[in-house]
This record gives sequence, structure tokens and C-alpha cells, in this order.
Amino acid sequence: MIKERKVNITPDMTWRELTPGGVIQDAGNAEDFKTGDWRSMRPVWNTEKCKHCLLCWVVCPDNSIKVEDGKMTGIDYDHCKGCGVCTAQCKFGALDYVPEE
Amino acid sequence: MPNLKELSKKPARLTGGHRMCAGCGAPMVVNWVTKALKEGDKAVIANATGCLEVSSFLYPYTAWKDSWIHSAFENAAATISGAEAAYNAMKRKGRIDETYKFIAFGGDGGTYDIGLQSLSGAMERGHDMVYVCYDNGAYMNTGIQRSSATPFGADTTTSPAGKVVPGKQQFRKDLTQIMAAHNLPYVAQTVAPVPGTKYMFDLYNKSEKAIYTKGANFLNVLTPCPRGWRIEAATELDVIKAAVETCWWPLYEVENGKYKLTYKPAEKKPITEWLKLQGRFKHLLKPGNEHLVEKIQAEVDRRWERLLELCGEKEIAKAEVAASNK
Repeated sequence: MIKERKVNITPDMTWRELTPGGVIQDAGNAEDFKTGDWRSMRPVWNTEKCKHCLLCWVVCPDNSIKVEDGKMTGIDYDHCKGCGVCTAQCKFGALDYVPEE
Repeated sequence: MPNLKELSKKPARLTGGHRMCAGCGAPMVVNWVTKALKEGDKAVIANATGCLEVSSFLYPYTAWKDSWIHSAFENAAATISGAEAAYNAMKRKGRIDETYKFIAFGGDGGTYDIGLQSLSGAMERGHDMVYVCYDNGAYMNTGIQRSSATPFGADTTTSPAGKVVPGKQQFRKDLTQIMAAHNLPYVAQTVAPVPGTKYMFDLYNKSEKAIYTKGANFLNVLTPCPRGWRIEAATELDVIKAAVETCWWPLYEVENGKYKLTYKPAEKKPITEWLKLQGRFKHLLKPGNEHLVEKIQAEVDRRWERLLELCGEKEIAKAEVAASNK
């Protein structure tokens, strides 16, 4: 788990322990679920070629381009599914698209 | 034009870890619609059954940072209009202080087909809400069945292209026009963000307008589906670009009944530019099917000409000609 959650719902819980109505109280807890193992191809970031135009960040469907203070800082491989949409947008050759090992 | 560096500082309202397919366009659309929300404002989001609904909220995980309500296929608009009515009552009684915005997301199946009645009802009642249809042109979630948004000739599992019937036999329904006929404060047609084009921020700008214009507003967003369109995920935004440049999916808005074209291609490309990129239209480009492509082109031209008329572009063009003749 990435951070403390209000209610961590696990498969061994009984209905008495669940939230009323099955409500999920931890908004955005899907980030605890890793989709990175879906990848067959992997985007690789070349720091020195990157111009921080953020176009990759614009299109990423999995919010896996990490940006801090208006600059790209890396790729979130825990959630990146390797769709390649970001690599197709990069005009500076800063994102390679290579087979996953 | 919005500043990307500034926008990137806004926290995202959808997280990774949702189970949409790799390269799905729907989370892109959600990201850019919700980015238009002011940082202090909260949102309540209703989601009609569809890919986005089943994949962004798999119990016990939610990819949404805002309140989110599951809806059946037919009633996302009714759900969000009820939430909005409850909010108004609570606000009146002083039981809630924060500002909430109400957004419904639905795919084309849940919007064009099954949810049309509740959508029409909610729009007519004039709730302060936005309904966003992410139109990928078929029921992708259940395995690519035709919807009334599926383009003519597309190969789907319920309109298969074979020797006798070459894919879907009907032209798509024009939902944006239907919504415009409701005389809403704001109706717009747009696309997922395509970097490097003039309409990269079209979705963002229109979302901002739709969310912060009081009343029931509607956005129709063409969204790529790599599985259903039979394309490589990495090329999906080129396909979206082709849809706009061929005028198959024109970008326009209707504000209080006034039509405005938000992007006019410098040169209208032939429809084959849009068809050739997608596997679902592969059969149309085979020898012997030229008449089908001509039929599609004629329909695209007819709808485009009509839109130009509605937007007053013809008068503008006439005035330009008259001015240059002087």
C-alpha cells in the first residue's frame, strides 16, 4: 500500500466490516493497484534530450508521466501500460519505445 | 491559450491504476475535462455503464479523486441531476458550504442510445450540470457492437463486414445537433487533445466553458479506441486529427442557439484519409467498393455544408469575396 487508507478492503473481510452501501471512502485508491505489469513495450526517457514541453504528459491515459514544478521528472512504471501514445508525441527523441524484457 | 506548465501544477483528479486498455482515449478525456475545474471546487461525477465506468471503479478501488456515482446504462443524466437537486436543497438549508460541480460521463452507447431519454429529460429541466459523451463509435466494453454513433461502413461484431453486407448500413446519428435542439446554454463538439494542432486545448477550453456556464450543458468528444477502431494505440491521435481535417468530426459550439465553428481546416481532406488509418474500414478501400467511399464522402460533404450554413461561415465567405472584388 502506498499510503495509509481509511478502510483497506481485503478479500477476507466479512460484510460486517465493510462500509455501508459498499462505499469506497478512499478517493483515488486505484493508485495502489499496479498496472505496470501489463506492459509489453516500455517508454524510456532520455533526460538530456528532453525539452520539458510536457506533450507526453498531455496525452498519457494513465497519468504516468511524472511532472514537478512544470518539468518532467520521470515515468511511473507502476502504472504505465506501455501504450506508446507519449512516445509518438515526442518531437525531440527524448522518449524511446523499446520491448519490455 | 492555457499554459501547460501552470496546468501541470494542478493535481490530477483521476489516478493511474485504472483498468482501461493501454492507450484508451477515455481517461485522456476525463483528465482534460476535470482539469478545467477550479482547484478549490469539488465535483460529483456520475458515470453511465461503459468502459470508463467498469474500468475506473473496480471494487475496492476507485481511480477518481472526486465523489463518483455508478449509474446504470440509461440514467447517468438522471443520477447527476438528482445529486444536483439535493445539493441545491442542502445549500439552501446551510448544510453545505463548498462549491460542487456536477458532471456526467457516458460513452456513445450510454448516451446516443440507451441514455438518450434521461439525458433529454435532465437537459430540459435545466440542472446546473455538464454531460460529457466520450464517443468512440461502438459498444467497446462488451466487444465492439454497433451503436447509433457507429459510422457508416464500420466493421463491428453486430454489423460485420462480409461478402454481402459491407459493415454498418446506416449513417451515424448526429447527437450534438439533437442536444443543440434542446436550446441549451452551451453545447459543443470536440476531440481528445491532439498535441501540435490548433485544437490541442479545444477540449479544455470547451470544458471550462461548459462547467462554468450555468445550466445544463453538453459536450460530445470524439475519443479514440485502439481495440474497436483496429489501430495501433500509438497512432490513435493521428486518427483523431484525420477526423477533424476531413471534416468528418467538425469542431464547433452552440452558445444560446448561436453556432460557431471553432476550427476550420485550411484544406478539407478527402474522407479516405480518415478511413485508411483504421482496420474497421479496411474492406471499404478494396477494389469494387469505391461507390461506398463516394457515398460516405457525399454524406460528410452534405453535413459539413449544412454546418457551415448554421455557423454563418457561408455569409462570411461571401462577404470576403465581395470585399476582395471591390
